[in-house]
Amino acid sequence: MDIDVKNVAMLARIRLTDAEATELGPQLERIVGYVEQLAAVNTEGVTATAHPHDMAMPLRADVVSNTNQRDALQTAAPKTESGLYVVPKVIE
Amino acid sequence: MSWEVVIGLEVHVQVNTKTKAFCGCSTAFGAEPNTQTCPVCLGMPGQLPVLNAEAVQKTILTGLAINATINLESRFDRKNYFYPDLPKGYQISQFAVPLVEKGYLDIPVGDGEKRIGITRIHMEEDAGKSMHEGLEGVSHIDLNRSGVPLMEIVSEPDMRSADEAIAYLKQLHQLIRFLDVSDGDMEKGQFRCDANVSVRRPGEPFGTRAELKNLNSFRFIKQAIEYEANRQIELIEDGGEVVQETRLFDSAKGESRSMRSKEEAHDYRYFPEPDLPPLRVSAEEVAAIRAGMPELPGQLRQRFEQEYGLSAYDADVLTQTRELATWYEQLVAAHPKDPKRCANWMANELLGRLNEAGRDIADSPVNAQALAGLLDRIEDGTISGKIAKDVLDAMMASGDSADAVIEAKGLKQVSDTGAIDALIREVMAANPQQVEQYRNGRDKLFGFFVGQVMKATRGQANPAVVNQRLKILLQD
Repeated sequence: MDIDVKNVAMLARIRLTDAEATELGPQLERIVGYVEQLAAVNTEGVTATAHPHDMAMPLRADVVSNTNQRDALQTAAPKTESGLYVVPKVIE
Repeated sequence: MSWEVVIGLEVHVQVNTKTKAFCGCSTAFGAEPNTQTCPVCLGMPGQLPVLNAEAVQKTILTGLAINATINLESRFDRKNYFYPDLPKGYQISQFAVPLVEKGYLDIPVGDGEKRIGITRIHMEEDAGKSMHEGLEGVSHIDLNRSGVPLMEIVSEPDMRSADEAIAYLKQLHQLIRFLDVSDGDMEKGQFRCDANVSVRRPGEPFGTRAELKNLNSFRFIKQAIEYEANRQIELIEDGGEVVQETRLFDSAKGESRSMRSKEEAHDYRYFPEPDLPPLRVSAEEVAAIRAGMPELPGQLRQRFEQEYGLSAYDADVLTQTRELATWYEQLVAAHPKDPKRCANWMANELLGRLNEAGRDIADSPVNAQALAGLLDRIEDGTISGKIAKDVLDAMMASGDSADAVIEAKGLKQVSDTGAIDALIREVMAANPQQVEQYRNGRDKLFGFFVGQVMKATRGQANPAVVNQRLKILLQD
């Protein structure tokens, strides 16, 4: 098992120092190795588990139930302007 | 040696539900930014999604309309990527087992048809909107669209030209609007297309493909595909190689550029959505949705040809949208004697005038009953077809009924033989030479007399009666 720690960190948007990456590599490998023991189980003829609870999805009627709560919701945002969230420029 | 273009399309269709896919926020277009959001569609921690039943039903209906398999158990997965318009850091989508699989659409190609395979339709949620223009160092985000239900309709790589791709898209666009599963307004982003394009020598395996993004009108899609195919052909002929990449089409410049930066970031690490158990639908529910299926464009076209004796062209024009087809059938119900006359007047005269005025059938100043009233007056000989066109103009302008216009303008057709005979005698007296020549065998002059009589009545004489009476009186 060889994990590209830097790439995984980039995909998760986590900044790691080289020292941290070196330290985390073996730890992540042990975790994945532990889970991989499951691969040894013979699952032939067993239906894949889609969800730990054996239940079907409850559905919701198509009725508007939320009202405008913008002011309250935007108190959590670092920056807003004219009702819009302001974020660092995203380059297209 | 020639090249063959291979095209597969992914179409994102916004489902026209009242609320979002996983929460009770409104989907109404054009609201003030961020006024239609809640903790669920903002991706706040601890919030749980609950799927919209209507979105499921509309996706199933679409699946049935393309003769696809409906998976009675399907699942949701998380597609992970970071972008500020996606607050959760993942999009809920269906990756492993979509709701709809293995369908097809028959598209018109030349005089015939071609079957285009549809690999799958899966349900997912839309992202918000980011705005960059005129901003320094920042972007603005509106999350009203975040969580709006989408169907992603993925075709097989079955198209071989930009024209085939457009024919497929138009057919699909017409279908989703007929089914009323989406408003399909491309300007509002309710019908968006990504195209996978590659080229190969005929008979050889598929070439490496490029994915074109940001295609939001039929015209741009055609341009973008043609540009991309040529780019790849030139590249290969110059000894180069096509690399698999995402390209963004710039409609203003008419060319595409690589988005390699985005490629690197695109490792979606799909995994099952733990917040949603499997979606189960019963065969009975599917059967009930099938039973409620409206007539599809192809069936309607065929029925119009058979039931009303319309030409293929008229049947096609009158089934472009469900509104047009309904309007036509209302017209026929009000003027049942001559469905072909109904089709001619609606397709050529009414739609032509509406087109010129930039109006839609929905806001036509003349409704089906009113147009039927006009056709009745042609039928019973009150006015000629020629005069009827002027009457229609007046009806369009004033909104008055045909009878009111005919009455007000004194356009009633003269069918009374006594009056017409008197006119014919006047014309004959004024043109003795021509009468002489006609009687000596110059048959062609008959048209001249018809013209003179019609002119004398400003076109209001019944042409059939004029013809009949002229023949008799000129013999005397």
